[in-house]
Amino acid sequence: MTLMKTMLGAAATLALSSAIASADPAIIYDLGGKFDKSFNEAAFNGAKKWAEETGGTFKELEMQSEAQREQALRQLAESGANPIVMTGFAFGDTLNTVAPDFPDTKFAIIDMVVEQPNVKSVVFTEHEGSYLVGMMAALASKTGTVGFIGGMDIPLIRRFGCGYAEGVKAVNPDATVVLNMTGTTPAAWNDPVKGAELAKAQKSQGADVIYAAAGGTGIGVLQAAADEGILSIGVDSNQNHLHPGKVLTSMTKRVDNAVYNAFNDGEAMTAGLTVMDLKADGVGYAMDDNNAALVTDEMKAKVEEAAAKIKSGELKVHDYMSDNTCPAATF
Amino acid sequence: MDYATFLQIFDTTLRLATPLLFACLAGLYSERAGVFDIGLEGKMLMAAMASGAVAALSGSVWIGLMAGIVGSLAFALVHGIASITFRGNQLISGVALNFVASGITVLIAQDLFGQGGRTPPLEGGARMLEITLPLAETLRPVPVIGPLYADVISGHPILVYVGLLLVPATWWLLYRTRFGLRLRAVGENPASVDTAGVSVKRLRFSAVLIAGVLCGLAGAYMATGLQAGFGREMTAGRGYIALAALIFAKWRPWHALWACLLFGFFQSLALRPDVMQAVGIKIPGPALDALPYILTVVVLAGLVGKAVPPRAGGEPYVKER
Repeated sequence: MTLMKTMLGAAATLALSSAIASADPAIIYDLGGKFDKSFNEAAFNGAKKWAEETGGTFKELEMQSEAQREQALRQLAESGANPIVMTGFAFGDTLNTVAPDFPDTKFAIIDMVVEQPNVKSVVFTEHEGSYLVGMMAALASKTGTVGFIGGMDIPLIRRFGCGYAEGVKAVNPDATVVLNMTGTTPAAWNDPVKGAELAKAQKSQGADVIYAAAGGTGIGVLQAAADEGILSIGVDSNQNHLHPGKVLTSMTKRVDNAVYNAFNDGEAMTAGLTVMDLKADGVGYAMDDNNAALVTDEMKAKVEEAAAKIKSGELKVHDYMSDNTCPAATF
Repeated sequence: MDYATFLQIFDTTLRLATPLLFACLAGLYSERAGVFDIGLEGKMLMAAMASGAVAALSGSVWIGLMAGIVGSLAFALVHGIASITFRGNQLISGVALNFVASGITVLIAQDLFGQGGRTPPLEGGARMLEITLPLAETLRPVPVIGPLYADVISGHPILVYVGLLLVPATWWLLYRTRFGLRLRAVGENPASVDTAGVSVKRLRFSAVLIAGVLCGLAGAYMATGLQAGFGREMTAGRGYIALAALIFAKWRPWHALWACLLFGFFQSLALRPDVMQAVGIKIPGPALDALPYILTVVVLAGLVGKAVPPRAGGEPYVKER
């Protein structure tokens, strides 16, 4: 009993002291894992950048299973972390129930809209970025057939695929876009073997540029494309360096900026919806030494021209999630 | 739809069926000896990590292969000690090993390489190269059979051929040798084997360790043959599909080959929705992914003959006193 009391007391003190000492920001990574070379890693890089610039510290948590979501979120909120940033659409429902219980804590969610007075929702216009890399794919393709490999079949990934197909068709209306999804369960984010086989299957259908929006599965797609001597397009982070000279470009989603901004705002973060679009540099395509030889000036000029039109609002890329249809492709 | 498309699908089938086949044969040895093995998935994952990591460090795929087998054997040994020596519940031991593998592979790979539980991409000699069978190019002009030989049969990593050869070898070992007879007997009626003066524990251990070696080959093939490196959870449930194939095959080696090829064929067909549309069938990909499990349930329900598992399967052997 005495031991129990001591331990409880110690735990209480610990909880109390951490609540007083830290209004440290916190970040929760989704199931893909912190170092997925893609989405979550971009979030980590943003947090790291903030820590390096301000000398502050932040808490982080990696999800291990679906069941942990609510527990993890409550634990961080109770520990006094503020603001709490979470990556991934899958947190939507959980956050919706947890946020009202912690009215003094600010939350930020990426890739999902949650309407609560203390939640900032950050969404990206992936269709715009995908449109640009789609144009580039069509310009680089010699066969007139390009491919798209998505991870789990969810509306968000269809938004990537739809924007991509539209970009391809904008350059070459006769082009064929082969669309495949890896699966319908979260395992689809981590199946590089299936990704590689899908890439090979698409190549046999004539595709010579393949865009992978599939998390860890994309590693297999990029590898198979490099082995088979065709081009690939990375996603979320700049993946050009994975196979220098064989990755045409990467559709970058500046999750790092979103996390960095949220951490910078701290407790003063404003709730509501933030759209990170092409204009706000939320999405884009990656150019560096690794793909400089693959992208000609002519290609670049055409893509830049379209980018300028999208920024000015002259060109509107269809957003799959607005009405769950896609004019340029069928899923 | 042309012949070349069919060949491409069969080519993929063979590639995807190989890890299933290794794992299925592994389960066959173990379960025929009376030790259920849910842990195929975990052993494959462990082997994939060990082979990927060691191949990356040493630059040699063969050293990586050895490491994969050792990693898988270590897990097999734990399973053996837990379920044979200490007579623990075989299913629980297997499930536990799967969980351990899921965590420890990422932990070790992260500690070694710091790339998020991934091994660095393998290059050159660290990858298992595809070998061209003799006369592949000479025979190519032969109609029908030529392209089949050159494109489907030839041009795979050596482990694919090892896997195919293991099927007759397993049949011969189980049905034509003294060891095989005893192995099957120990899964049906261990008491009679014990009465004959043969060690039940030793037989079961050897079966479990053979399963370890085979799972090691499966994992190493995935990490160094199909892929260039290990990624977390990269086996993606193939151990369970192999288990389904084993039941579908009713614990027999030749049937295991056909079951694995069939399940591999479903997987490769799921990759080509265009082909299915061309022949006028509209089956959603997820349905094809679920088909192995559905077929297994059908077989288990006794709709297509009777699936009788080894009688002493799942029960630890206790010597009567």
